[in-house]
Amino acid sequence: MTPFKKRRRGGLVATFDPAEAAVIANLAGQVVELLRDRTGTGVAESDPLIGELGLGGPTQPPDDPVLQRLLPDAYRENADDSAEFRRFTESSLTSAKVQNAEAMIASLVSGGFDPTDPGENDVEVELDPDAVQAWLKSLTDIRLSLGVRLGIETEEDAMLLDKSADPAAVAMGELYDWLGYVQETLVQALA
Amino acid sequence: MTTPTPVEIDQPDVVEDLELENPWVTVVWNDPVNLMSYVAYVFRNYFGYSEQKATKLMLAVHNEGKAVVSSGRREQMERHVQAMHEYGLWATLQRADV
Repeated sequence: MTPFKKRRRGGLVATFDPAEAAVIANLAGQVVELLRDRTGTGVAESDPLIGELGLGGPTQPPDDPVLQRLLPDAYRENADDSAEFRRFTESSLTSAKVQNAEAMIASLVSGGFDPTDPGENDVEVELDPDAVQAWLKSLTDIRLSLGVRLGIETEEDAMLLDKSADPAAVAMGELYDWLGYVQETLVQALA
Repeated sequence: MTTPTPVEIDQPDVVEDLELENPWVTVVWNDPVNLMSYVAYVFRNYFGYSEQKATKLMLAVHNEGKAVVSSGRREQMERHVQAMHEYGLWATLQRADV
């Protein structure tokens, strides 16, 4: 990967090798799938009229720990207020996150990435301001998801990823760090 | 046939009215995943804070575990919290006096 850089005309560009593009697209796809599983749940439990108006979403936090982190409670010490807030806002938050992930995949495809056959050509992405927002947010969602799966609860946990005895966890930790690097270059290019 | 039942309108609570200035706050909590540069960027870009203010708030979140990043009406704080959740920041709202 070459770090994100600002073009003279304002867009941000970076180059990924096909394997890197495939990893990003794959992880973004997993986030979309997870969020889609959540969509539609809980409508029946809310007021039918509100459901008909398309306003009702789930009131209870998700069971899945990754979804709990992506769709957190808005009130720390008031479950009723959190439930009410969730009922009116969760579905739009979920769709925003799905759209961000899909926009990120679309940028890769525009840059020449073929999801069915990554091939050997580098993928050059160019992001306009909307795509920049989608990438920042979606990379965050992916890193938050990996963070939960890796059990990262403190800053020390994040430092010890490469010390795990489980090779799969070490590999996932490397991916997590690399995505942090991708995001860091994007934030720096915006400055 | 029916007639509407007279409704008793509650007298506005004067004490509460006086507290309407800045009764609610948006709090951002520290998490081990989000990059410091990104959190500062979100405070600049979303709230329109100066680089200095954004960095100060980011460091407060990082070092003290949380920071009040905005205060105002409840509805406004709810919008901020939802926006922070879209950015992946861990945010909640609460009364300012808690």
